[in-house]
Order: sequence, then structure tokens, then C-alpha cells
Amino acid sequence: MGQAEEQRRRLAALVRLEPAMGDDGPGTPGLLRRLCSAVTHELPATWAGISLVEEGQVGGTVTGSDGHARRLEGLQFELGEGPCVDAIHARRPVLEADLGGAGFGRWPGYAPAAYQAGARGVFAFPLQVGAVCVGVLDVYQDRSVPLPTAAVGSALGFADLAMDMLVDGQAGAPAGHVEPDVNEVLAPRLEVYQAQGMVMVDLGVSLTEAMALLRAHAFTLGRPLGDVARDVVTGRLRLEP
Amino acid sequence: MIATEALAALFVEVADTLVVDFDIVDFLHMVTTRTADITRADAAGLVLADAHGRLQFMAASTESVKMLELFQLQAEEGPCRDCFRFGAPVINSDLSRAAGRWPRFAPEAVAARYNAVHAFPLRHRDTVIGALNLFSTAAGRIEADDLKIIQALADVATIGLLQQRALAHSEILTEQLQGALNSRVTIEQAKGALARMRGISVDEAFTLMRDHSRRHHLRLTDLALAVVTDPASHPELTGWPGG
Repeated sequence: MGQAEEQRRRLAALVRLEPAMGDDGPGTPGLLRRLCSAVTHELPATWAGISLVEEGQVGGTVTGSDGHARRLEGLQFELGEGPCVDAIHARRPVLEADLGGAGFGRWPGYAPAAYQAGARGVFAFPLQVGAVCVGVLDVYQDRSVPLPTAAVGSALGFADLAMDMLVDGQAGAPAGHVEPDVNEVLAPRLEVYQAQGMVMVDLGVSLTEAMALLRAHAFTLGRPLGDVARDVVTGRLRLEP
Repeated sequence: MIATEALAALFVEVADTLVVDFDIVDFLHMVTTRTADITRADAAGLVLADAHGRLQFMAASTESVKMLELFQLQAEEGPCRDCFRFGAPVINSDLSRAAGRWPRFAPEAVAARYNAVHAFPLRHRDTVIGALNLFSTAAGRIEADDLKIIQALADVATIGLLQQRALAHSEILTEQLQGALNSRVTIEQAKGALARMRGISVDEAFTLMRDHSRRHHLRLTDLALAVVTDPASHPELTGWPGG
């Protein structure tokens, strides 16, 4: 126990050393942004990002080490595919150092998109306590090199720390609600779920199929999922079967 | 003298609190019976502070010690209370001569045939969470080396308990977070679905759902779930089956 606690404290100190930025916002998202930044300094990592789990699937992006990291992080929700999706289901880290090779085979939709955005290695670490997984910490490299063992250890430590931060934030939240600062960060994504409900009714399909159809439509047209969702919700677009 | 092997085995047992089926009462009972065995005290008792900082009886290796612990707590005096309050061991107290210190507890203990008591704080850094108490019929002293060992045992048990508490606390909050994240999503899905079912806007759909949930004393999340999984169950809201 001593060793884990020591690591936790050391990593927490690293996060505190990260300067707070003007657009960090209050509460947990700002802390997690600094954690992502600390990850890129402590590990051989180019970018880092955190997403939360919604309805057992990858959900909204909470934050990233920078703007590009946030865009990369959002790809998995856009496409419903990727290492973090697998990590959430397996409740185990998913490590892919060769995104451009083996990665294309594992995630035919996600890998090309992430590759194009500069990622060559993606390593996903679930944020969980016991059997409950509420999110993922994704670590990205711009070179195709395996993550060293010590770095994997640090990433696991950072994942635990991120989980602690979320738990602390939740402790202050009103009963049954997500901490308001986290809620606000995830809010733009909510329209996608509204659109999902609409497509379900329009086409008489399951929720899962509805989301898949929305994603497929966005992917085919090369449009962001959020824009397609907005069009569905405002009535400008009605998906055909 | 405490036997090393038995001690090593006990340390392992006491440290292992992060198990799936951890039961605190069983665990603490084990600590008291093993401590009594190993130190050859006649009995051991353990008290923990509750959320309000009040000591509560948790476990004892014999019924008579249980009675004594309860008595201490009720009388609000005694070695384990002093130990808890000051966070320091209370050791080698000859109860036959402690009536001045503990006017009610000492005679009661002596009447129960215990002449010596040694209380060890359950402590981690600045946090004292309770006390581990050894009772002997003989008014003897404990050797200095053994004192250190018993305190080390108490320390390990404390860390184990604190870890368990932190984990339980984390588990509850994590489940709450997961539940809250999911219920948000369900409500949005239901807003979209209901908007289409009734040909209204998403905001109007939310108002209808909220009013319906209040009228029928339903949790909004439960109603939202029903709207997306079984709209026929609330026909007056969803307009099921007609369009």
C-alpha cells in the first residue's frame, strides 16, 4: 500500500505543478486538464485526453492536454470505435503502439482518422473503482513506439488519480446529479442523445442502431456528429431507413 | 516474548482488508482474538470512533471484556477512552490501584477479575480512529519489545481499516457518478423520442415528462427509461400507439 500511496502523492504533486490556465474553468475539468498536461510531461506521450462513460459506452470528452488532444479524444465518441471503447468494455488497459499497422485492422473506422490527426500510438486506461468504469484516460504518441513499462505504471497511477478527482468532485454534487462543472463540459454532447431518441422513433429502430445510423451518416458526409445531431433535432434533417 | 512466526502470520492477516467480501465485524473480532492469543493477555477488546467521534464497541475476544468495554463507554472513563483521547498508549496500569484515575471503571474491572489493562491507539499519522485494549488477570508488565510489536499490529490494522473505508467511500461515489451520467443520457434520449412521438419540441417534451412524473409520483429518470424502452406503459404521455 505504501508504494501506491507514494506514487499517488508524487503524481498529485506533478499535477499541482502544472499551471492553471485562464480557460480551465472551476472544478474537476480544470484539474483533469492539468492532469492530462502532467501526463504529457511525465510520460513519453504527445497528447492525453479523458472521456467519460455514458450508458456503458464511450461518452463525451471532458478534457485534453491541449486543443488537438481534445479533438483526438473526441474521435472515439464520433465514431463509436477505438481503444478507449475496447478498454471500457474489457475494463482493462488497451495498448496499441502501431496504430498505422495493427491499429487499422483493429479499428477500421477510428485508426485512419486518428492516424490522419497525427497519432501513431494510442494507450487507453480505464478510470474505474471496482467493477464500475466511469471513464478513460487516453495517452497518445506521435511515433510508433511501445509505451515503456515504467510509463504504463505511471499512466495507471494517473488514471487512479483522475478517478480520485472525479470521486472528490462527485462528493460535492447534489444527490443523483453529476458535478455541475463536469455537467457543463459534457453539455454540448447532449444534443446527440436527443437526436438518438428521435431517430429511434422515426425509423423504429433500437437506441443502439439509432446511434450507429447517426454516426454512419456523419462519417459518410464528413460532417461532425454534433452538427448532424443538431440538424436532426431542429428538424432540418430526417434520416431515411 | 511473542513468537515471531505467529506474529508474521498475524500481520499478514491483519493487513489484508482489501478483499471483496470484507466484513468489518469479523475482521475486528479476529484482531482481538489473535491479539489476545499472541500476547497471552487474557482478553482483548476494540473500540472505534463513529462519524461523530464517539467511541463505539466493535469487538472483544470474551464476553466479560465486551461488558467491560461497554461499561467504559457508558461511564465515559477508562483506559481505552484515555488512549483514544490522547492518541497515546495507556500501559501497565495496575487496576487494583487505579481507582483514583478511573473511579468507576477500575473497581468494575477488578470485580471481573482483570487486574491489568493496556490500551493501544488505532492511529495513522494524526488520525486516531479507536483503541485496541488488552486485559490481564495478572497485574504484570508487558516487555518493551512486545509493546512495540503490539503497537505495530494496531498500526497495520488501522491502515487496513482506513483503506477499506476509503475504498467503500470511493465505490459508493463512483456508482453515484455512473448513475448520474447515465440518467442524464436517458433523459435526453427520452426528450428526443417523446418530441417525435408527439410532434413537439424537445423543451416541450421535457416539460410534459416532468409534469407527468410529478403527477404520478415517478422519478424522472425512471419515466425517461420507460419512454425509450416501453412507451406503451405510459400511453397518456407518449400517445402510444397512435401517432
